[in-house]
Amino acid sequence: MNFKDKDIISIKDFSKQEINGIISYAKKMVPYAKGEKKTELLKGKVMSSLFFEPSTRTRLSFESAMNRLRGRVIGFSDPGGTSQKKGESLADTIRMADSYSDVIVIRHPQEGAARLAAEFADAPVINAGDGAGHHPTQCLLDLFTIHTEKKNIEKTKIVLLGDLKYGRTVHSLAYALSLYGAEITFVSPPSLKMPKEVIAECQEMGVEPTQTSQLEKAIKDADVLYATRIQRERFPDAEEYNRVVGSYIITNELLEQAPNELIVMHPLPRITEIDPEVDTTPHARYFTQAFNGVPIRMALLSLILGERL
Amino acid sequence: MKALKIPLIREGTVIDHITAGQAVNVLRILGIPGTQSSTVSVAMNVKSRLVKKDIVKVENRELDPHEVNKIALIAPKATINIIRDYKVVEKHKVKLPKEVVGIVRCSNPTCISNAREPVKSRFTVITADPPRVKCYYCEREPEDIADRII
Repeated sequence: MNFKDKDIISIKDFSKQEINGIISYAKKMVPYAKGEKKTELLKGKVMSSLFFEPSTRTRLSFESAMNRLRGRVIGFSDPGGTSQKKGESLADTIRMADSYSDVIVIRHPQEGAARLAAEFADAPVINAGDGAGHHPTQCLLDLFTIHTEKKNIEKTKIVLLGDLKYGRTVHSLAYALSLYGAEITFVSPPSLKMPKEVIAECQEMGVEPTQTSQLEKAIKDADVLYATRIQRERFPDAEEYNRVVGSYIITNELLEQAPNELIVMHPLPRITEIDPEVDTTPHARYFTQAFNGVPIRMALLSLILGERL
Repeated sequence: MKALKIPLIREGTVIDHITAGQAVNVLRILGIPGTQSSTVSVAMNVKSRLVKKDIVKVENRELDPHEVNKIALIAPKATINIIRDYKVVEKHKVKLPKEVVGIVRCSNPTCISNAREPVKSRFTVITADPPRVKCYYCEREPEDIADRII
């Protein structure tokens, strides 16, 4: 598994073996991510953190990951204070960051931005989300969470719930779960169904996902319930949004229908999809999942900068 | 004997079996006439067996097959004929390259290739006939390639 100088743009850039390798390496990072053990693995290395769009978990966990490895972080979380505001191209901003750092992490509202950044940078580029495109590190931390909690991904029965039409997270996850041959069920309001292209990709890998709108039935024998936010910005009119936003709310009452071992995941932020009463139940794993962003990103930074524990 | 609608050429290139209505786009892709002074004849909607086709004839210029292959994007059944002394000395079908650069604009308005960036549009070919391509940057597949010729 040699990832030195590799750009990380899409989960499709990885084979199943490579994902397994990253997951197993990330497990070694957990005590360092928690601050229980110390390392200076990336001392002297600099990470550019270029966030052209708002982010809480992704940006903070990347920065935490670099800091835990004793690397340094430069960058911005609001392009308003940069030359982009003066009309500088992304290509030129990337050229600058490339000359100031050893690795570039970029989130950008336009699809393909990370791939463009990789063209202009000699340093490796990690895509931290490009519009409705890819968010590979989210997918890796989701797989890491499932693997850690359920011990394997292959035999997992997983329900993907919510906005399956526009959500980039669920598209990548459906692809990656199919690599493992997991049993997948899609639950969504009729207007937010999983796109045909994504289903076709699953089928090409030999997985036949089930589609339904009945959540209660879907979770009866599931191992994982992965919920996503219904994104207001995707709806042309507020009425349509209001009609679907409350379609599925995960409550303790609903979870009584599910096996005790079922875990609930969510990429966060959540709005109304999960009632806060669920937070204190053994089902809730979304905060653990958010933490898992740190070890997985530590593993990736370490691997692509060629410094292994 | 039926008269030919456009005359035979002595030297040059004939692009035959172009999808009807696409001759003008073919010329755009090839940058013809551009700075060349060659005589160019275009015939559109010519009856050929049961279907209609377009034909382009470029005199005194042998087009580079690699260059011409790009037209397979909109005319996958086209043939290239190199003419010398009124005879066809080379004939082959167009073959779409693995990647097409700077010819088609991405259909996704929020694709980075449509922003003010110093890059040309870039598409990976999925299938040659029917021509299906995918944006290298945003991975979207345009449905209407002919309408997106730059």
